[in-house]
Amino acid sequence: MPADFNWAVGGEAGDGIDSTGKIFAQALSRAGRHVFTSKDFASRIRGGYTAYKIRTSVDRVQSVVNRLDVLIALTPRTIEENLDELHDGSVIIYDGERTTMEDAPIPEDVVGLDVPLKRLAEEAGGAIMRNVVALGAACAVTDFPIENLDSALEKRFGAKGQKLVENNKDAARKGKAHVEDTDDHEFKYDLETTDNDYVLLNGDEAIGMGAIAAGCRYYAGYPITPATDVMEYLKGRIEGYGGHVVQAEDELSAINMALGAARAGARAMTATSGPGIDLMAETFGLVATTETPLVIANIMRSGPSTGMPTKQEQGDLNAMLHGGHGEIPRFVLAPTTIDECFWKTVEAFNLAEKYQLPVYLTGDLSLAVTEQTFEPDAFDMDEVEIDRGKLVDEENLAEWQNEKGQFQPHALADDGVSPRAVPGTDDGAHMTTGLEHDELGRRTEDTEMRVKQVDKRDRKVETAKQRESWQPREFGDAEADTLILSWGSNEGAMVEAIEMLADDGIDVRFISVPYIFPRPELDDAIDAAEDILVVECNSTGQFADLIEHDALVRVNRINKYNGVRFTADELADRISGALTEAPEVPQ
Amino acid sequence: MSSDVRFTDFKSDKQPTWCPGCGDFGTMNGMMKALANTGNDPDNTFVVAGIGCSGKIGTYMHSYALHGVHGRALPLAAGVKMANPELEVMAAGGDGDGYSIGVGHFIHAVRRNVDMSYIVMDNRIYGLTKGQASPTSREDFETSTTPEGPKQPPVNPLALALSAGATFIAQSFSSDAMRHTEIVQEAVEHDGFGFVNVFSPCVTFNDVDTYDYFRDELVDVGETDHDPTDLEAAQDVILDPEKEYQGVLYQNEQANAYGAEHGLSENMAEIPDGAPEDATDLVREFY
Ligand SMILES: Cc1ncc(C[n+]2csc(CCOP(=O)(O)OP(=O)(O)O)c2C)c(N)n1
Ligand code: SF4
Ligand SMILES: [Mg+2]
Repeated sequence: MPADFNWAVGGEAGDGIDSTGKIFAQALSRAGRHVFTSKDFASRIRGGYTAYKIRTSVDRVQSVVNRLDVLIALTPRTIEENLDELHDGSVIIYDGERTTMEDAPIPEDVVGLDVPLKRLAEEAGGAIMRNVVALGAACAVTDFPIENLDSALEKRFGAKGQKLVENNKDAARKGKAHVEDTDDHEFKYDLETTDNDYVLLNGDEAIGMGAIAAGCRYYAGYPITPATDVMEYLKGRIEGYGGHVVQAEDELSAINMALGAARAGARAMTATSGPGIDLMAETFGLVATTETPLVIANIMRSGPSTGMPTKQEQGDLNAMLHGGHGEIPRFVLAPTTIDECFWKTVEAFNLAEKYQLPVYLTGDLSLAVTEQTFEPDAFDMDEVEIDRGKLVDEENLAEWQNEKGQFQPHALADDGVSPRAVPGTDDGAHMTTGLEHDELGRRTEDTEMRVKQVDKRDRKVETAKQRESWQPREFGDAEADTLILSWGSNEGAMVEAIEMLADDGIDVRFISVPYIFPRPELDDAIDAAEDILVVECNSTGQFADLIEHDALVRVNRINKYNGVRFTADELADRISGALTEAPEVPQ
Repeated sequence: MSSDVRFTDFKSDKQPTWCPGCGDFGTMNGMMKALANTGNDPDNTFVVAGIGCSGKIGTYMHSYALHGVHGRALPLAAGVKMANPELEVMAAGGDGDGYSIGVGHFIHAVRRNVDMSYIVMDNRIYGLTKGQASPTSREDFETSTTPEGPKQPPVNPLALALSAGATFIAQSFSSDAMRHTEIVQEAVEHDGFGFVNVFSPCVTFNDVDTYDYFRDELVDVGETDHDPTDLEAAQDVILDPEKEYQGVLYQNEQANAYGAEHGLSENMAEIPDGAPEDATDLVREFY
């Protein structure tokens, strides 16, 4: 486990918690440290509390843990919320002059650093900078060179003028000086810096960047947490690459606009969350039956219905696999990390065009709003490959015409993949419809043609299963008796949990699955294992059900559905607990 | 190709299965003529059809076309046009498709003002599902699901469009072939969202809104001194409780269409074989 440091800032909504956290995360990243952030947390009391947590190390970090070394507490409640995570030697930075914090409930053994945040901020030019004063104080406590904070402040405020940047730098220095001048504690924290260059981004941004890299030119969406960041990322950027973002009047419109753009030949996408995929379901079937390439990002949150809109859950697996009436060919990809959000987005566009069907790209709240550092070449644009599948032009269109010279958009090709002619292609004019159709794309109720078209669409999926690689990602000890399986965003926490378990003498093999449909063949790994544990953020174990169905085995389930992601230490505890008291599952 | 395009080039070899005498025949003929008269050809035209008897039009016409799900023709058509501004885009559907299940999109399509045309084949009935009340059915129109009539006023689609900021509002009658063609042609030529409500009688399920009724009652604003660029004059004809009108009722040629407003000019279908040249700039932003 890396020598890590855990930091948080907490207060009320409106206290500027997010931007404060982001500035510190940026400073750490610019200092060549790895960072992993979290904004999803359990509220033990009531709404209104908000926090931003950072775990940092010189080594790679991929999870948060239930431990806090330094806490900037703007409210008494921030302290109460985090009592479990504070320890002997933790430091709380607070403003004792703030009326609510006069009697701040600083626990025993924890160092309370009373810094007049507001007063020092006013001296630097405005009370609004009090959180930056606190960041300066945090630099003093952690022996962290304040120049890195300067650099993050420049990035944050540079566009608003040098004066503001200078005031903020001054505010930070006042906080630092106050601690150094008035406090004689020996702090044990020392945030060393490195010369490494990292980029810091979240999953929604990675999806947006992946879309532009993949040649996506059209995005239609309707705002919904936690998918809105994808649209906000693209807006203002995609235009520079010849693309366009449109805010539709609802999700029905969004998916239909995207479908229209895709019919026109553009690489198009929409992103939404659970309530949106429900609304899109009818058109999802239309996309599939008209054989149109489309990428639909579903950034999951707690459901059903409006559920807990800002909380983590992986509850939509069944909806993505089975949503919509009739039998709908589709692919479901589930990137497991933020860098993979980028690569799987590129892959989703290629798969959609190669097999002319809708592709779900799954994220979830913790991937979407988590920022993590990466080496810049984790997003090497030269590695991006574009495959547009069977796109035909005037030259090779004739191959796909019938004896009357009519283009056949749903030709019964051997591999199931018909040709695609985009509007504007001479002699390619054709229709298609959500009704069952013949090779010309015209309605039919001919029983034989119905069967041929269904078989053709199913055949595409079989072709894709053969031609493409649907490999899982593997970690831990390949020889271990215990097999852990999970999908989507649990990977980072689980990878760190492997090391914690190993320290306790428990070896595990971990297979992280980024493809839900088609999905990898896991039979060998399952046969070789004595204990199988499936980790996922939902209550029933939807992925575990798939594994049981595929491999005809019974598995143990580790589920979480309180709205908060797994942390590494928690997963290690739950796995070792499950292994020691593993209830016999009937075979 | 476009110089010698005839309207029959827009006809597919599929024979329509509409009831003999259905208004949709005339409506479709006018659409095909309007497209041909405006210099379009099937390979640069995209027709989006709704669901209903009216929606079958995508099958009977020849062009690039998509027959979608019930009520969603407008956003789909908007997506086509935004992605490739060089295409001529036309959406068509019924009164149920456009003013009931799809009415939310109608309002926003009008506001968005994408350069396309929208032809509603208004027969004041649900034809395909065999004769239930539609949003434009009269208050006392008896149908299987409304034996005493809907007992609520019909929507006035022209007024909806006007209040949503439409830039082109017209009405035509399918059996007045010349005027219908002219009016649809103006909608196609309009630089923005060209909306035409076409009275397209259902001879099977609607015995009130008949050919005779429209022939007798419709006032052609082309034969009056109506000025479509005059908003107040447009309000007067659109909100007139006594009479129904055909012709271009309102037109605002000053407003920018969506594409011009948003700087859309490129065909988005064309992309490089790898990431765009300066895509690495995107990564740099995250330092
Ligand atoms: C979601 C959905 N609901 C209901 C239907 C059934 N349906 C098909 S057409 C139609 C009404 C058609 O009326 P209109 O739009 O006026 O077209 P017309 O047949 O009169 O031309 C209905 C309700 C459907 N296809 N899809
Ligand atoms: S039912 Fe009415 S609308 Fe449908 S085809 Fe027959 S006449 Fe036309
Ligand atoms: Mg109708």
